Amino acid sequence: MLEINDLHAGIGDREILRGITLNVNAGEVHAVMGPNGSGKSTLAQVLAGNPSYEVTRGTVHYNGQDLLEQAPEVRAQNGIFLAFQYPVEIPGVSNAYFLRSAYNEIRKAKGQEEVDPLEFLDLVEEKLKLVDMSEAMLSRSVNQGFSGGEKKRNEIFQMAVLSPRLAILDETDSGLDIDALRIVAEGVNKLRSPENATIVVTHYQRLLNYIVPDFVHVLANGRIVKSGGKELALELEEKGYDWIPSFADAGTAGATA
Amino acid sequence: MSDIATEVATRDRSGVNDLSTRDAGKGTRKTTATRAPSSVAVYREDFSTQKSVPAWLNELRVKALDRFETLGFPTTKNEDWHFTSVAPIADRSFRLAVLDPESATAESSDRRGSSRRRSDALNALGVKADDVASFGFGQKDWHQLVFINGIFDGALSSNHALGGNVRIDSLARAIEDGAASVERHLGRIAAFDQHAFTALNTAFIADGAFIEIANDAVVDKPIHLVFISGGEGVSHPRNLIVAGRHSRATVVESYVSLRESTYFTNAVTEIAVGEGAHVDHYKLQRENDSAFHVGTTQARQARNGTFHSFSFAIGGALARTNIYTSLDGDAATCTLNGLYLTDGTQHIDNQTSIEHIAPNCPSHEIYKGVLDGRSHGVFNGKVYVHPEAQKTDGKQSNNNLLLSPQARIDTKPQLEIFADDVKCTHGATVGRLDEVAMFYLKSRGIGAETARMLLTYAFAADVLETIKLAPLKAELEKVVLARFADSAT
Repeated sequence: MLEINDLHAGIGDREILRGITLNVNAGEVHAVMGPNGSGKSTLAQVLAGNPSYEVTRGTVHYNGQDLLEQAPEVRAQNGIFLAFQYPVEIPGVSNAYFLRSAYNEIRKAKGQEEVDPLEFLDLVEEKLKLVDMSEAMLSRSVNQGFSGGEKKRNEIFQMAVLSPRLAILDETDSGLDIDALRIVAEGVNKLRSPENATIVVTHYQRLLNYIVPDFVHVLANGRIVKSGGKELALELEEKGYDWIPSFADAGTAGATA
Repeated sequence: MSDIATEVATRDRSGVNDLSTRDAGKGTRKTTATRAPSSVAVYREDFSTQKSVPAWLNELRVKALDRFETLGFPTTKNEDWHFTSVAPIADRSFRLAVLDPESATAESSDRRGSSRRRSDALNALGVKADDVASFGFGQKDWHQLVFINGIFDGALSSNHALGGNVRIDSLARAIEDGAASVERHLGRIAAFDQHAFTALNTAFIADGAFIEIANDAVVDKPIHLVFISGGEGVSHPRNLIVAGRHSRATVVESYVSLRESTYFTNAVTEIAVGEGAHVDHYKLQRENDSAFHVGTTQARQARNGTFHSFSFAIGGALARTNIYTSLDGDAATCTLNGLYLTDGTQHIDNQTSIEHIAPNCPSHEIYKGVLDGRSHGVFNGKVYVHPEAQKTDGKQSNNNLLLSPQARIDTKPQLEIFADDVKCTHGATVGRLDEVAMFYLKSRGIGAETARMLLTYAFAADVLETIKLAPLKAELEKVVLARFADSAT
């Protein structure tokens, strides 16, 4: 589904990703772990097409197509979804209007008919339950005045409505208490299917207790320094990032770069 | 009466020399010195053709013309006009619209429309009831007064006011009737000693709306004043609203055109908000993009009086809207909100002034602007807190969104406080569309144009939320959405 090959990217002159190679197949859940500044979030943003980042080398193919050539909205229409680490507040645009616009644009791109507000309301009702959100949240401005937990649940709610093929969760666990974490994780798990894939970007292992990954990759200084199964996450939790042999070197390289 | 007219005409001629001397004396650029007298001379000439009026009003007119000649058109050296050059207005010789053959004959079924009698100007622009209805927010039961080039048109109006404690009428008729409060208030609220355009309007007081609400009376339906202009002339609509003690009314003023044409509207509205009275005032400036518009709304608020103003400006090549209020009585409240949308080469200027004279008065103000193309917007909001105005609670903000690199905004919130126990905040922002928000919308599949429109609309719609009159709010939301949909394609 997703083939990342020797991906280099950064902001301005600062290179953040220094050669990422990663394959994700349908049905798989991949966890990307690493400390702050290792490039995890940059990878998520680059895959979603954030124009602030410049790709300097390498390729990304999504279902055989050159992903880097596509505008962010086209990527979304083709089934990529990024759950933001810091969901954006949009005063004056209601959650319902925003999400229906998105839903309809994606349907239009697929050659399907648009849905009207009433049909849309029917459709989202069960998705609201999935993340324990009230219908009142629909009429509020997008993320405005939402608590940290509400914002993250709103991301998963959007994901549930838009039903992407490839979901990228960027630090969805940060700032969540254990109950909110469980709600968010259950939402994600219910959306897992053999056709879909998920990339979970996280600093901590605890989210992976709820969303069990098939593969774990450890990122340091813009490179994947170790890959393994779900047990790698536990080992990391126990021994810390310094336990990985190449980590200290990479960290030093980063400091001097 | 005819003697007075002659006398005025004589004085006027001598005024020409006075003015050119003054201009030369101040070392005004040569172009100014040569053009100003010519357009001023036209105003003077048309001044003398005006229908005779009662002596008190004639005196007021003469005084105002004199003041206008002394002040001359403001230059950008005048602090109140620093960012707005009125040369495009001053350089043109606008004839009084009712005398303008263009507007008097165009599409008129009455060929005697070229006559100087006001009554013949009624259908001068060929305005039909359907045209008027298109500006009516779909509301048939509102009181609606229609003015063609500033002159009341009874046939197009639908006044449901019942006699007794509410009078909704044309100012011309009220002057003719000798309505006591006209003489008492006219020219007393809108000061013209420092405002050239107000002086000019006062010199040409002839018609407009007169609204008088008796003590304790409530006008339950909104009053809509529709000013439809066309042709190549100038009109000086003058409105007077007198709200008695504990009375209540909603007044909407719409300035509109049916087609593209270069005319000049110079409007003044005076509002006396009585003790405990409540006036909601909406001004919609929707002139065509070639027109010129200068409009001043000036209110005085007695004790516990409430004045809510919303000013919407989208039209005109060069437009200036002044909303001024004076909180004269203890615990009077005002809200001045506004939205201006500019595009192309438009220049739209908004000036507000809130005078806190009495103590315990809250004043709230939010103005927002969206500027596109090579347009230029100006916001100047003054809040003066006089020494006696303790416990003033003033909040003012002006936020602007620039959609194009060539668009320009000059914003100048001004706060002057001479009392020591007050709570006042003010601020202005100028920004472009939030790139992070743009990316967020796109990452959900929303295309760039839709995303831009959605964010721009959201920025503007925020201040429309403060409009309490639902049909008007809905109409403005439609207008705003249409503007941004246009600019997105």
